[in-house]
This record gives sequence, C-alpha cells and structure tokens, in this order.
Amino acid sequence: MKVLDHLFYTESHEWVELLEDGTALVGITDFAQHELGDLVYVNLPEVGDKVEGGKRFCDVESVKAVSDVYAPVSGVILEVNEELMDAPEKLNTDPYGAWFVKLGEVSGKERLINADAYRSQTE
Amino acid sequence: MAQYVPNTKSEQLKMLEEIGKTWNDLLKPIPQSVRLNRELDLPPGISEFEVMARMSAYAKENKVFPTVLRGAGAYRHLIPSVVRHLSSREEFVTAYTPYQAEFSQGILQSIFEYQTMICQLTGMDASNASVYDGASAVAEAVNMTVDKKRRRALLSSNLDPQSIMTVQTYTQHLPIDVEIIPSKDGRLDLEWLKSNLSEDLACVVVQHPNYYGILEDTQAISDVVHTTKAKMIVSVNPISLALFKEPRAYGADIAVGEAQPLGLNIAFGGPYLGFMATTNEIVRKLPGRIVGQTLDLDGKRAFVLTLQAREQHIRREKASSSLCSNQAHCALTAAMYLTSMGPQGLKDVASQCYHKAHFLQKQLSALDFKLKFHQPFFHEFVTTTPVHTSKIVQHLEQHDILAGLPLDDHTMLWCVTEAVSDKEIHTVLRLLEEVSK
Amino acid sequence: MSTLIFETSREGRRCVMLPVSQMHGDDVYAEFTRESALQLPEVAEIDIVRHYIGLSRKAHGVDNGFYPLGSCTMKYNPRLNEDTASLAGFAHLHPLQPEHTVNGALKALWHLQQSLCEVTGMDAFTVQPAAGAHGEFTGMLLINAYHQSRKDTARTQVIVPDSAHGTNPASAAMAGYEVISVKSNEKGGVDIDELRSLVSEKTAALMLTNPNTLGLFDENIKEIAEIVHDAGGLLYYDGANLNAIMGLSRPGDMGFDVVHLNLHKTFSTPHGGGGPGSGPVGVKKILEPFLPNGTVEKNNEEITIKKDADTTIGRMRSFYGNFLTNIRALTYILSLGRDGLKEASMNAVLNANYMMEKLNDLYTVAYPGTCMHEFVVSMEKEKDEYNVSAKDVSKALLDYGIHPPTMYFPQIVHEALMIEPNETESKETLDFAIQTFRDIYQIAMTDGQALRDAPLTTPVKRVDDVLAARSPILMYRKPE
Repeated sequence: MKVLDHLFYTESHEWVELLEDGTALVGITDFAQHELGDLVYVNLPEVGDKVEGGKRFCDVESVKAVSDVYAPVSGVILEVNEELMDAPEKLNTDPYGAWFVKLGEVSGKERLINADAYRSQTE
Repeated sequence: MAQYVPNTKSEQLKMLEEIGKTWNDLLKPIPQSVRLNRELDLPPGISEFEVMARMSAYAKENKVFPTVLRGAGAYRHLIPSVVRHLSSREEFVTAYTPYQAEFSQGILQSIFEYQTMICQLTGMDASNASVYDGASAVAEAVNMTVDKKRRRALLSSNLDPQSIMTVQTYTQHLPIDVEIIPSKDGRLDLEWLKSNLSEDLACVVVQHPNYYGILEDTQAISDVVHTTKAKMIVSVNPISLALFKEPRAYGADIAVGEAQPLGLNIAFGGPYLGFMATTNEIVRKLPGRIVGQTLDLDGKRAFVLTLQAREQHIRREKASSSLCSNQAHCALTAAMYLTSMGPQGLKDVASQCYHKAHFLQKQLSALDFKLKFHQPFFHEFVTTTPVHTSKIVQHLEQHDILAGLPLDDHTMLWCVTEAVSDKEIHTVLRLLEEVSK
Repeated sequence: MSTLIFETSREGRRCVMLPVSQMHGDDVYAEFTRESALQLPEVAEIDIVRHYIGLSRKAHGVDNGFYPLGSCTMKYNPRLNEDTASLAGFAHLHPLQPEHTVNGALKALWHLQQSLCEVTGMDAFTVQPAAGAHGEFTGMLLINAYHQSRKDTARTQVIVPDSAHGTNPASAAMAGYEVISVKSNEKGGVDIDELRSLVSEKTAALMLTNPNTLGLFDENIKEIAEIVHDAGGLLYYDGANLNAIMGLSRPGDMGFDVVHLNLHKTFSTPHGGGGPGSGPVGVKKILEPFLPNGTVEKNNEEITIKKDADTTIGRMRSFYGNFLTNIRALTYILSLGRDGLKEASMNAVLNANYMMEKLNDLYTVAYPGTCMHEFVVSMEKEKDEYNVSAKDVSKALLDYGIHPPTMYFPQIVHEALMIEPNETESKETLDFAIQTFRDIYQIAMTDGQALRDAPLTTPVKRVDDVLAARSPILMYRKPE
C-alpha cells in the first residue's frame, strides 16, 4: 500500500497536502481505495461550503456501497475537483492525484498524523 | 383447500421425516403467547369456478360506460390488441425486479427502451424506470430539488388537486415550505410568481396542460423561474407531447407525469404509471430504479440496474426516497403502446383528442355551455352549464355516457379523447340539447 | 447481439391505425407546437411482436423456474387472478364515476380490507399505498399524526434493527424522523438490552419485521412490544415476511399498532419485473382517523370513499391504490380461505427448513436452528478459503436455470445468500435445487475459477456494473 512521505493523514484514511500558500488538498488514501473497491462516483460538496475536521463532508460510491469521507481539517472549500465527475476511476488508479477539494482558512491540523504513523496503522 | 401447494400430505410427511422434524417442531419458534389458537375467521377455500362467480358478481354491480367524457387524471384511450397480448407474456408478468442482469436482459432492455421513449417525448437526458403514479412523481420531483439552501416549493393551484395533496402529504414533516401560486383566468398568475421569487426557492411546479385542460405559458414561467437557481418541474400528459413542445424545449429541469394514457386501462384508478425524466445535471437525484447500458465480459452490449448507490438498499436513511417496487409492468406496457403507435400514430391520437375536444366545445357553446376560461386547451375544457350539473350527469348516464366531471353546481370539466367516436359526439350533443331545454 | 427496437425502426412503417374522424376544431396553436422530431420506433406489427417475444425469452419469471429470492416471496401467480382482474366491470371503471355506479368495486375493496384485518389482527386497512415502501411511509406518517394529535410532539426518533430492509430507515427519514439503529443479538433477534437503552420519551416507533430478514421469529416479541409501548412509542410491522405466519400468529396480537403488507409477495399478485405491487396498511383503532383520503370505509352500513377528513394524513397518491392488484389479492384470499392460507404458510416453513437441513452440512447457516420461511447462509469462509463469493455461487446457479437467492443482504451477514423457497414449489424442485447447490459447493472447493467465470449459458456473460456506473448510458441515441 502506497503512503507518500510529504502528506499528512487521518485515522479514517483521508490524506491532506498542505500547500505553501496555506491552502490544502484533500483526498482518500491508497489503502482506502483498495478497501472500497471500484469507485464509480463521488458526491462533491459545493464551493463556499464550510467543513469541520472529523465531520463527514462528502461520500464516495462503489456499485454496491456508499462510504462517508471525513474532513481531515477544518476550512472553507475553495475549489472542487470537477475532473472526478467524469473520471471517478482516478480514485482507484491515482488516489494521491485525485484530490477532492482544495481548502482555505485551514485549521485543526493537530488531529493529523504523519506518513510513518499512518503506515504503521495500516500495516 | 390450498390449491397452489403441489406437495401432497404424504409428501409433506416424507419431507418432515427426512429432516427428522414434526410440524410442531417447525412451529416451535412462535411463542405460545402469540400463537393464534383458533382458525382465522374467514370462509374456507373454494374452487376457482366459485371464486370467478363471486368476483364476477362484484364486477357486475359496477356500471361500465361505453362512452366517457370524463378525464381529470384518468383518460380512456384506444388500446391496440398487440399491446394487451405482448404485455401478458408470463416471463414479463412473473419476474421480480431484474437484480440478476444475466438472467434478466429482456426486462432490462425493455426498461432501457422505455427510458429512451420517455426521454424522446420529453426531450430530457435521463428517465427512471417509473414511480407509483403521476401524483407521487410530482412529490418525488419536489424532493429532488430541495437542499440545505433551497427549501421553498411553489405549486401552481392549477395542478391536479390530488398532486397538490400528495406533495403536501409527502413533505409535511420535511423542512420544505409548500406554497400555492394563485391562478388568473385559468392559468398560473405570472405576476404573482415574479413578485414572490426568493433566494431559497427550490422549485416551481406547473401542470401543462393543467387540471382544467389549459395550456400554460411554460416558456414565460421557465424564464421567470430561471432568474433564480430554482428548478422548473412540469407535469405533462405524455400524449400531448406528440403535438406540443417537449419540456426541455422551454427549459424544464424535471418532467414528470401520469402515463396511464399510454396503453393502460382506467381501471378504477390503478395500477397507473408515474414517469420522471431530468437533465444530466441532476440525474443522480432521480429516485428509483434506473437501467444503464454496459458490456459483458465478452464485450457484448448488455443492460444492468445502475447508479444504485442513490437508493434505499444502500443509502438507507440517507436515501432521498424509499422507493423500491415501482410500476415496471406498466412501463413495459407503455413502451409497447408507444412502439405500436409510432410517431405518426401518437400524433394522430393527440390530434384527434385535440380536434374532437375543440369541436365539442364549439358546439356546446351554441347550446349555452359557455367556456369558462378563454385560453388555449388540449383535450379538456371547463364550461358553465345551463342546468344543474347533476341533471346532466343523470341524463347522460341513462344513455350509458359518463358526462364531464362536475366542478360545482353549474361548472363542468369535459374531456374528449380519440376513443369517443364522431357518432358518439353527435349523440352527446343531441342529449345535451334535450337536457338543457 | 440484441437489437434495440430503435434499431429495428424503418422510416414510414406503421402498426396501428385509428378510426377516421371528420372532426376539426381550430388549428393547433403555433406557439405551442412541437418543433423537434419525435423519434419513436417506426415498426410493423410483426416487428413489435418478434421484438418483445425475443425479449421475453431473455427474461426469467416464476413461470420459468425456481425463484428462491429471499424476502421477495416469489410464489406462483395463479392464472385465475389475471382473469378476475381483467373483468370489464373492474378494468374499465373510471375512478371518478358516481359512487352508485361502482358499488361492486367498493364492496370488493371493503371485502379485501376486512379479510386483511382478520389475517393480521388489525382494526382497519387502507389499500391506497402502491408498494411495500409506500406502505411504510404511510405508516410512519400515521404514527406521526397520532403522536401529534396527542400533543406528544417530542417524539423524533424511530428505532430500526440493523437487519432491516433499507426501505425502513429510508421511509422513516421521509416522514422526518431521526433513525436509530438497534443491534441484533447472537440469536439474530433484537438485542433487548440495547433496545431498553435506546427507547426514551423521544421514541416515536420501532419498525420490525417478524419473522425478520434472517427468517427467524423473534421469541422476545411480547417483551419488545412492552418496552416500546412503556416508553410511549408505537410498534410498526413490516409485513414482507407475513407468508410465514398466516393463520398461525397475527401482528395485531403480538402488539403491533401499524402493519403494511406486500400483496405481491404474500398474496400472490405478480411482480411484473419490478411492479406494480400493492402495500396496504392496517392499523389499530387509535390510528384509524388518520388513514388517507381515498380509503374505502363503512359509514352507517354504506361503503364509501373517505374524502377530505379533518384528521387524515392527506393522500399518498391519486385515487384508491393499485386497484387491479388488489382485486387479484382478494381473488387469492377467496381461493385459499382460512384453511388454505394457513396451509400455505406451513408449507412455506416446511420447504425452507427442508432445504436448510439438506444444505447445512456444507453451507454455513448464519443463525442455525429452526427457521421460518427463509434462511441465510454465509459464504465468508468460502470467500477466504477458495476465493468464491456469494456472487459467484449466484451466477453459477443461473447456468442451472435457478434464479439466485437474494445476495449480500441482510448486511449483518457477510457474503450472505438469503434463500426463500416458498410453498408453491414441489419436493422434486427443492431436491433439484439442493443437489445443484451441493454440486456448486464441490466445484467451489476444486475449481473456483469455473464459478468466477459463470454464467456461461445466459444471453450475456457476466455484466460489467462498474462500467455502467462510471460512464452512465441511460438512453439510446441514434448514431449521427
């Protein structure tokens, strides 16, 4: 299972990339996509929505299941990755490229864990 | 007398013996405290011939009108023999929902074709496999448009009153405010709508032709609605779409309606067929079953229930609807009807409805049945009546004709379809002349 | 490859002609006239017949073979029901005819409602709901109306077992309720201790299927009823599994206040490839005032249609429900009578136990013991050991002409197969199915790939449902 060193993680299998401009990209991990199987759709939130760390903010669908995705940090949605609407398979083939949303006004980073800690969780 | 249990008493005993159990053992899980320790208070079973006699007696107590001038949500049309025969094929009738795609390609393909025909009629991108009826389709459509930010639904007062009440019933405990748009001269009051728009408006629902048969100015309504982010829901008679603009042409976001006119008997109100179609933009909000095209392992075209993660069996309390069983067999029948009619046949049906209704209306006005609203209409219209409506209903009933629907003592809602012959219309006119003297 | 009716279409072909009419009103108003072409199929009558006969041969109903689809009660659909439902005196009635011209129809519906009251132990019924889930939603609205009429407005929660049909929580949510899930105990019933801890002054109702989706009768039903009633809540009965207990036990006697039935399951009306069904709702006296408009009722010896009552929840749909479906169910009840209904249930229980006992040495029954009308096996072990899933077994069954059981439900059993043989199947059919299940099990242990490749004999091979969901094609578009 791939875990990238420069990212931060949550125990519920989301990843966060903290960008230099203070914004953050959010997605689900390689472990998560593997557990969920072939993903077919993501219900993205709307730009401008506020998300709260640890709370559900969108969901992903496989053929026979729907799974909640939790916000790793708090913030405001600046951008959603519309590309995933047309190509949900990217969630399986490139989980760390398939970001869901870009967040601004990021806070609550203390609940994140680093790559090593996440690696040991999923082993 | 359990007519449909094949195993004989001795076979049943043999089966019990083989598994080493008695009847008592099998019933043991039902605690004594909730056992019914008596026979049900129902008559014993009887032969099918006796049942038929009993049911026929009930049927004979009803009056079947050979001539029907009443619509108001249920429309008698001519139904081709081929539709009745094909729709009674047992493989269609006795199947469950097509969960196992490989075993159900026939049913899945028939639904895919039905969805396509509904899209063709309405101009929409996607249709579901049906809902219970036209009224519940309106309610489901309203639910589709509501979200955290938009919670206000405006319903035209010219909707079928049953649709209005169904929407109110469906939404009574949800955070949705339902308001009624007043009517002006039989049509939606556009000025009222313009001055009652808001940011939190989720949808505006219009029926076209409306309950009184009148064609609404759907384009103007759509233009007003779309000055906000609200959706326009239109409830349409599918037969009328052979003549009139398809809902997508005037910008409707969701098209719904009662598809009973497409080959289904009036059947005292059911089973009927609710259809729902929408745009790609909100297709994921569509409730109920949807069939999609895909490929099998060999790369061959195949069909399958799809987008299922929207539905109750997966999303449970987060699903937007609990819809599970639908009216699939009615949808199959409607697809057969549309196929047997073809584009020209459907146009002929709609055109006869239109012309016969307009002919009757003109002749009626000479008999002092005045048109109540001077508006364009399809195959229903409202007139005042020169005598009490009950007198008209009684007089026509004596001649096996079901009169229009009385709206009050001196107002009547008339309907004419292609199933009423030229000769019958002349007879009706003669009888109405008698009764209004 | 299958041909779509749109691909069969040839320009100008006609099937049905109308009688000629000489009547002309005004020309159709230009501003409303449709401008785009109506691309319906253009075919001759022989084309449409061949097309649909072809499709029917690629469909599978109860009339084609064994259909042990759990929780769906795919029993034989008597032909007599079809004949009574097509009587002109039922099929050609306008729903808004004067009431004195539909006395027979109203009497038939009243007869059905009274019969359902007796079978379930309830006081009144409405036959308006069009399907089971519609009945659930109706029931939840009735319960809400009851509490509100008593100004008991703090009841915002409905408790649903984790083994329940997905429609239960979805219907409760549609009625504005918060859904609280209660765990199943080790025997598959409701966990009584957890239920006790969940009920409160917020509890509006508990929704329960009994026997439940595992095919088990909840032995604690009286106690469950007491716990909920003591907390001021009502009991809702999901009648999906009534086929196990007709004439043996009644929801009304167990303590349920509201029930819905699935006439397309228990009362033999055909399911038509997904519907129409019918989901009548029965209530105890205290809830009768709230039944929807359009319900048939008796006032001073006169059978009539309920209209605009002050207390009603409103209306669930147009008119009086799926009338012809209800006529079929009445036909069935008259045919079977009190003796036949009971015998049907007893044989449904016998057939299920017979199959279970003859399979349980190979297949793992999720909750062993005596089952009612259905049982659930888990393929979890086989999935781990042989990489053969519940889906693989299901697809293999297709090659033997058997419709698979319900798969992956209830969700509390991993790799679940829910098997409901029902009473209208003969011993030979059951024996064939048992042998087939056993043969498939042997193949699972020796040649799992063969099952993963199944089915081989169906019109299409295994269908790619991931592709269908990722790139939805929901209608046919004519190639440019």
